Amino acid sequence: MNLRRRLASTLLAAALLAPLVLTACGTPVMLSQQPDLNGPTPLPPDADQVEVFSWWTGGGEAAGLDAMIAVFNRKYPDIIFINAAVAGGAGTNARAVLSTRLQSGNPPDSWQGHAGQELIGTYVKAGQLEPLNFLYEKNGWLWVMPKNLIPLISQDGKIYCVPVNIHRSNVLWYNPAILEKYNIPVPKTMDDWFAAMDALKAAGMKYPLALGEQWTVMHLMETVLLSVLGHEQYARLWTGELDWEGDEVRVALELFSKLLTYANSDAPSLSWQDASQLVTNGDAAFNVMGDWAEGYYKELKMTPHQDFGWTPVPGTAGTFQFLSDSFVLPVEAPHREAAIAWLTLAGSKEGQDAFNPVKGSIPARNDADRSLYDEYLQSAMNDWITNKIVGSLTHGVVANDSWKTDINTALGLFLANKDIAVFQRELGRACMTSGPCVQGKGQHAH
Amino acid sequence: MRINRKEAWQSFLLVAPSVALIAVFVYGFIGWTARVSLSEWKGLLPDYTWAGFSNFAELLADPRFMIDVRNTVLFTVFFVGGSLALGLGLAICLDQGLRGEGIFRAIYLFPMALSFIVTGVVWRWLMNPAMGSRLSGLNLLFHNLGLDFLINEWHTTPFWGIIAIALPAVWQMSGFCVAMYLAGLRAIPDELIESARVDGASEFQVYSTIVLPILRPVTFSSMIILGHMSLKVFDLIMAVGGKQIPLDVPAMYMWQVTFEGLFYGKGAAIGLLLLLSVAVLIIPYIIYTLRGETEL
Repeated sequence: MNLRRRLASTLLAAALLAPLVLTACGTPVMLSQQPDLNGPTPLPPDADQVEVFSWWTGGGEAAGLDAMIAVFNRKYPDIIFINAAVAGGAGTNARAVLSTRLQSGNPPDSWQGHAGQELIGTYVKAGQLEPLNFLYEKNGWLWVMPKNLIPLISQDGKIYCVPVNIHRSNVLWYNPAILEKYNIPVPKTMDDWFAAMDALKAAGMKYPLALGEQWTVMHLMETVLLSVLGHEQYARLWTGELDWEGDEVRVALELFSKLLTYANSDAPSLSWQDASQLVTNGDAAFNVMGDWAEGYYKELKMTPHQDFGWTPVPGTAGTFQFLSDSFVLPVEAPHREAAIAWLTLAGSKEGQDAFNPVKGSIPARNDADRSLYDEYLQSAMNDWITNKIVGSLTHGVVANDSWKTDINTALGLFLANKDIAVFQRELGRACMTSGPCVQGKGQHAH
Repeated sequence: MRINRKEAWQSFLLVAPSVALIAVFVYGFIGWTARVSLSEWKGLLPDYTWAGFSNFAELLADPRFMIDVRNTVLFTVFFVGGSLALGLGLAICLDQGLRGEGIFRAIYLFPMALSFIVTGVVWRWLMNPAMGSRLSGLNLLFHNLGLDFLINEWHTTPFWGIIAIALPAVWQMSGFCVAMYLAGLRAIPDELIESARVDGASEFQVYSTIVLPILRPVTFSSMIILGHMSLKVFDLIMAVGGKQIPLDVPAMYMWQVTFEGLFYGKGAAIGLLLLLSVAVLIIPYIIYTLRGETEL
């Protein structure tokens, strides 16, 4: 064979291969952080074990999981606990690994997921999860968890997960010293809030509202929607009963758009932690973030009421916009009984009180031991029991992953062109392609 | 030369495994991706319901995909153009018989040893777009040098932000162009240039009419190599700017739409368009190379 021709064909093969190899390398995070697709070394099949899959690999989350595992080992000494946690990207990597395992018919015994549509829209729709009503009845959880939480984690009357912790997303964090200096009261309504920020702008603070990368903007948007629409109308957005292209949503989006003019121009380059710090550093006065920000402030050795203060996002007092990490029971769980033992613990007072004080969140149950929790968490526990409960969009409660991705794209385009009419049209379209909306205005799908 | 039967059999055996693997794992999967791109698959479980070209039609009407195309074009023009221009300039300087040329060559080539992720993280710090009292990175340097007019928002600049991403890419890959051009320059016979000078050609004429035309194949090869990297850029943008639509490119959209949104059909369609765009670049190059080799 001609050497040159051979060389040419090698080159050809290399050239055709190169793009594929390089495309594969385009997702280095996912590839490098899959420790073991098949889970840990399998024990003999008759050994009693439970493999629990999560993305809790660092910080308070991992410590909380360890605390819960310790309780589990004490209560179920005969069951070997296998911690199959996958690191990285708020669960993005873990979810990719999980879907590979599910598609190859090798599910873990239980896995972590955001309670609500993120689980239901993906796994229940694919027939992967077993309803857990029997566990709720057996353990009396229906009596100790808020009544209006249950519909948000159910589909057609079937409950599909056990929420371990609760976070609140509609919290406004502020810098008390700055508000005091300019004699500005803590805002209670949207009007108060704009007045406060106008006063700060007049006093020379260019960007009174701290904002980070795009998901934190979506987080702000969901709280503004809640504030303007109220909890009932907000809930109807997600059932397809309230028109995304209607006037109510437009008013909310106009206020949201106005809020963005008060935010720092370098938002896309900041993480949520950076944005939280702008408030305590005095570069900004306000930040809307979930209550994990409190855990971050504590890590920074900040003092409540002095370095940072909190209040519900203006106009949302009395409503608790929640998100939750929860565990599920797969239909094909290899060790069903052991998985049920794990879920029983995850929903128990003992398990939740072991996990939450360490993680910096509150239990889903209303009978927790309050003395274990700090001042902010105690106030959140009060609100959890007394407030109306609605779900978070950004953190997977009210919209499935496809719908959320579509909303995220619409929001990204809006941030670039600031066109509210186009934004509303795209939101309406997203609800039709991936949500419960059907053709025609604001029809109910069910 | 005639090859005997045994030898032919042996060489077939030697290449057979890689041919089989490539057939399955490259062309097989390209075929499978093509099939998925024509399906309605959305969600965790495969769904091969025939959807025709609706995924592609949707993309062509998708404002986000239009931003992706625009960004890819802008990025490619500035990345490839910048790397070539800088590479040629530096190569010509190095070619003047500079002392310590080896050291400079090494310095220019070093950034290539880094991954785009590392480059991205470093440049993320350098190109910090914060303003006012939080000025840092290059902006702070400009401020301290009294060059305040240079302070800018880098990759958060509306519309043109993607060009800021081309900066680190140029920084990383121009050394490669230096090496390519230097090799090209060294291959030009001195007599050619000497005789031109004797004939009274100016330095500018020497370069524009003799050196550059001879270097054309080098430029062409570098363009192809940088071009296909540029079309598939993902990690650099992820490291510098994160997931934000003003900096969106097809690879990013594909990843988000497939693995976060579970739109497998649409994701496969983007992947296929990406493959096609690279093929448009590479295939003429392969034909050119093959023809060049048969003519030799």
